Amino acid sequence: MAPPPDPPLTPPPDEESQSVLNAPLKAAPALVAPEPEHCPGPESEQAGKGDACAGCPNQAICASAPKGPDPDIPLIAERLAGVRHKIVVLSGKGGVGKSSLSSMLAFGFAASKAGDEELTVGLMDADITGPSIPKMLGVEDESIHISGEGWSPVWVSDNLCTMSVQFMLPNRDDAVIWRGAKKNGLIKRFLKDVAWGALDVLVVDTPPGTSDEHLSVNSFLKEAGIDGAVLVTTPQEVSLLDVRKEVDFCRKADIKILGIVENMSGFVCPNCRGTSQIFRASTGGARRLAEEEGIPFLGAVPLDPRIGMACDFGESFLDAYPDSPASTALLEVVAGVRKAIHMDSNGVAAG
Amino acid sequence: MSLKDIKHILLVLSGKGGVGKSSITTQLALTLSLQGHSVGVLDIDLTGPSIPRFFGIEDAKVTQAPGGLVPVQVHAQSTSGSTEGDGSMRYGALSCMSLGFILSGRNQAVIWRGPKKTAMVRQFLTSTLWPSGLNYLLIDTPPGTSDEHISLVESLLTETASNPSQLAGAVVVTTPQAISVSDVKKELNFCRKVGVKVLGVVENMAGFVCPHCMECTNVFSAGGGAAMAIEFGVPFLGSVPLDPAFVGLIEEGIRPVYPQGTVVEGQAMETEETRAITNRESDKAPLVEKYTSCSLYPIFAKICKQVTDVVEITPASA
Repeated sequence: MAPPPDPPLTPPPDEESQSVLNAPLKAAPALVAPEPEHCPGPESEQAGKGDACAGCPNQAICASAPKGPDPDIPLIAERLAGVRHKIVVLSGKGGVGKSSLSSMLAFGFAASKAGDEELTVGLMDADITGPSIPKMLGVEDESIHISGEGWSPVWVSDNLCTMSVQFMLPNRDDAVIWRGAKKNGLIKRFLKDVAWGALDVLVVDTPPGTSDEHLSVNSFLKEAGIDGAVLVTTPQEVSLLDVRKEVDFCRKADIKILGIVENMSGFVCPNCRGTSQIFRASTGGARRLAEEEGIPFLGAVPLDPRIGMACDFGESFLDAYPDSPASTALLEVVAGVRKAIHMDSNGVAAG
Repeated sequence: MSLKDIKHILLVLSGKGGVGKSSITTQLALTLSLQGHSVGVLDIDLTGPSIPRFFGIEDAKVTQAPGGLVPVQVHAQSTSGSTEGDGSMRYGALSCMSLGFILSGRNQAVIWRGPKKTAMVRQFLTSTLWPSGLNYLLIDTPPGTSDEHISLVESLLTETASNPSQLAGAVVVTTPQAISVSDVKKELNFCRKVGVKVLGVVENMAGFVCPHCMECTNVFSAGGGAAMAIEFGVPFLGSVPLDPAFVGLIEEGIRPVYPQGTVVEGQAMETEETRAITNRESDKAPLVEKYTSCSLYPIFAKICKQVTDVVEITPASA
């Protein structure tokens, strides 16, 4: 039996990523079968017309779906009209501290003031298959309430609210085994159907990589406007390698990079105060990457076992250990981000 | 088609990113190779491939041959004793396949949605020309339970339908802290749901020994992996500490040495004194030989033994 001929394996050309990024989304039609390999995406302009569409049971449905931009995108813009600033936290690499940093940014913003007013902060968890935000904010057991206005976000404190897929799971440890299209659908509902209300900042925490979730967050928020992205990395090259890809993604997707944060940068032994570089920056770390790429360096947060503990217990590290070097570094990061989005501490928030 | 020849297929999974899936995959591969097996590593993390970096073969490219793709060889089989003098170095061949070998630039982002990723995973599985008689194929995965994982398991179950024991199972990696464990529990539920056997749990980044005072700090707390293994009734394979010398080995190719008196698994580690090589930076020995000096090697030897004992007892294509 002769093996079937393989399609030639080609490196992903740049134009191709560009077409994926630029594809104006239209409303996704209801499919009758799973998407085939190389499916151009039921939301794309090529839906029903691509090479892969031949023979697909969905072809007629995709082809006849109304063209033109997704009618939900203006709805998202309307829903988020009260949200002043939108920040995305990104990293190509997993486990570098995107969620810890997102939660600490949210806690940090919520604790700071603009003039006399406390800031109201939202934190959206776009990591569908590994949601960590609810645990880090200490609201793991909450569930979603639906009101006339839409889904109510879960309130952690008076001025900090959050939304995550975790709130929708019947059991805490249930796996969310979803392909891309389904994940995109939920992210859209998080933006369109959640009553975020009037927020000063909405922080969006993302999963690692440069795929469905990132593309969706970007295209759904395009019209509402993203202030920019905060990139997170650890110092070693294995992590920087993936973060460079994320920089490339931001450039191609036209997302402004507010800056880069180096997390787990150096470890101070609690016993002898000696510093060790657990994840050694053999290639200069994030500081060097920031210089090379011409993006702002927001700070280096040392590895402190108490940060992990605070996240496990769902409390704010900044409140629990305000005098630690890690807190100082984190507050600098918050200040740096505020500056980058032109939200001055004296309260003059320029849109 | 080329999967038919492979004796055992192991998946390395974790719900959480950055817990060390690729690092564990690398070390399992090196250790299995040192035990004389011929090993293949397939990296299906498409948007963040790390395996080329771990094996120090970032500049390598795959070649296309009639019928498929030829993976990149990390080292060939070695049957002769080495010149190092510390016992003979025998190891099996090791080769790798990753999207990293196909990209034109190392900074280039792969911006793909699900269906495209599915196609790529299938193509990697069905058209990689692994060396014949491969003992172990380790598959390194991205974090989560989404497109790549669904496609991988679907394809593997179809491909191994005639010989189900070929798909040996999954090694699940976690770090000790609760945040990581709660994501990894989702991965265990994923394995249950799709019917992939869990060979065991490895707890990575468990403790860090301060090089200044020898005090062990649980940087990412302790015991989470073992507790999770008990809760889900799966074997606990072991705890792997943080070792900056391993990072140095991977990042800069420096053969690990340890302070005097470092004993791991009852075996004294090499120190500056016992290893009289002065030019550690320019040590040209292959990665697999340098790895035997790493404190993590004895730990992985134990983990691998537990895995191979389970895997090879099942009536595979003996």
